[in-house]
Amino acid sequence: MTKPNQMLSPEALRRIDREIAKYPADQKQSAVMAALVIAQDEQGWLPQEAIAAVAAYLDMAPIAVYEVASFYNMYDLHPVGKYKITVCTNLPCALSGGVHAADYVKEKLGIDFNETTADGKFTLKEGECMGACGDAPVMLVNNKRMCSFMLPEQIDKLLAECK
Amino acid sequence: MALIDTINPLLTTGWSKGDAGWSLKDYEARGGYAQLKRILASKMSQDDLIAEVKKSVLRGRGGAGFPTGLKWSFMPKAAPEKYVVCNTDEGEPGTFKDRDLLRFDPHSCIEGMIIAGYAVGAKRGYNYIHGEIFEIYQRFEEALDQARAAGYLGNDILGSGFTFDLFAHHGWGAYICGEETGLLESIEGKKGQPRYKPPFPANFGLYGKPTTINNTETFAAIPFILGMGGEAYLNLGKPNNGGTKLFSVSGHVNRPGNYEVPMGTPFAKLLEMAGGMRGGRKLKAVIPGGSSAPVLPADIMMDCTMDYDSIAKAGSMLGSGAVIVMDETVCMVKALERLSYFYYEESCGQCTPCREGSGWLYRVVHRIEHGQGRPEDLDLLNRVTDNMMGKTICALADAAAFPVRSFIKHFKSEFEYHIENRKCLVDPEVQRMGSGFFKAGAA
Repeated sequence: MTKPNQMLSPEALRRIDREIAKYPADQKQSAVMAALVIAQDEQGWLPQEAIAAVAAYLDMAPIAVYEVASFYNMYDLHPVGKYKITVCTNLPCALSGGVHAADYVKEKLGIDFNETTADGKFTLKEGECMGACGDAPVMLVNNKRMCSFMLPEQIDKLLAECK
Repeated sequence: MALIDTINPLLTTGWSKGDAGWSLKDYEARGGYAQLKRILASKMSQDDLIAEVKKSVLRGRGGAGFPTGLKWSFMPKAAPEKYVVCNTDEGEPGTFKDRDLLRFDPHSCIEGMIIAGYAVGAKRGYNYIHGEIFEIYQRFEEALDQARAAGYLGNDILGSGFTFDLFAHHGWGAYICGEETGLLESIEGKKGQPRYKPPFPANFGLYGKPTTINNTETFAAIPFILGMGGEAYLNLGKPNNGGTKLFSVSGHVNRPGNYEVPMGTPFAKLLEMAGGMRGGRKLKAVIPGGSSAPVLPADIMMDCTMDYDSIAKAGSMLGSGAVIVMDETVCMVKALERLSYFYYEESCGQCTPCREGSGWLYRVVHRIEHGQGRPEDLDLLNRVTDNMMGKTICALADAAAFPVRSFIKHFKSEFEYHIENRKCLVDPEVQRMGSGFFKAGAA
């Protein structure tokens, strides 16, 4: 197995340390969600080795870290494209075109939900409520960037921006 | 988006400058942190502080509507280690008020949490922020740094001897963490599966210690309540429904967005503030309190006022204040199918009635929507909900059941039409144009 210090960069460990410091000294495990996000940012997804590395760093059993990684929707346990686009299709978004926006992206990229384009550039996901229903249709790019009011013109612009 | 319209703004006073008005100096310039300073300087007693909050009849803004002052009074006095936790895991479909609160005025929530810490004797707090709004989480962290640098957080705050520190924890995509004990499990670094209650968090909360959990909007209201006095705040609303409330209006209105209005404001007024119905079309139905609240048909909704009691009397819930507006272009079977999918997807799987029941609900509604419905399906759906409601650890099973029961109750003929004719009552082309995604005339 890859050693933890090889899987997570010094910068990642520094960022994880900052998260650990938020919690009582005997509650390091509380930093596991943030640590997995940091590992996913660095690796692009969460291979078993990254989960093991986070477990070792936080003194947790690997299975306990895997439970967290598999429970929350935004962790990627399989490789994804350079740009992961998640479209909210929940009811409030759908009333303002969320489903149509997803169909539009599918047609543009030639892929369905949970698929990646052949060039490895885009992965498309169906999302649940992102808490921005007033801005519908709403999309997330790589989990952290929210795009609002995604009508055809805005979607074209977003896809063109993703180099 | 920034604020569009309001009546009696409190929570939204700082929103007028949009993204340019959120920082500490802006908040202080509009009277921010004055209440914290007053409490600390006067060494106000915890009992007096909680009594003032009780007077305001501030009820929990996350959805349950539990009186905040009463919740605070449940915290055991003697416990040496206690926590204050803010629930910004805003994932209830239709709700987007806490995101804007933290975006445009994060310090009101921070001040409210520090004051809550003082009231219940906690030295540490966490704000659990919805995973999908990472940019808001970053802003909140920045606001915490500002508050810490100014001496509002940390040891011996403003020389008062009172110590309180506050941190942000971000989620990563799990609706169930909006349930308060699921949220606590999540902060502890586990799957966000709700706990049995009792014990309640006031006795056994974060890390097993007494914990007060409130919604973001609830905390943000505290400085305003203390500024004007509990009674004046109560009088802004109506008896038993104190103050103002943020309503997130989404769906088929001309101006979706957040609106702060006094409790008891007529729904018709709120709809007018949101620009009225999109394209002048006819109102069909409203979900008045987030997707878990029972749907109400237009005629019932138009007679309601926006407060806990009026909406409850009409057979629904004010919930989180998420008002989902649907016009005549909506197929109610399709709308329900999408909601049922959501609960099926988000059930944490811990309790059998919810894990299995939510799947049954989705599959049966799905087959009706896709022309495979059977005459006995509506009875079957109601029977499945009977086997879910009140039979699980948390309220997600009930939240999955309410939409199913209420959609069938109020729009039964539309479901029957769907089963009999194997198609929507509302023409698919009318539905397609209803979303506004396509320009009129485009293919």
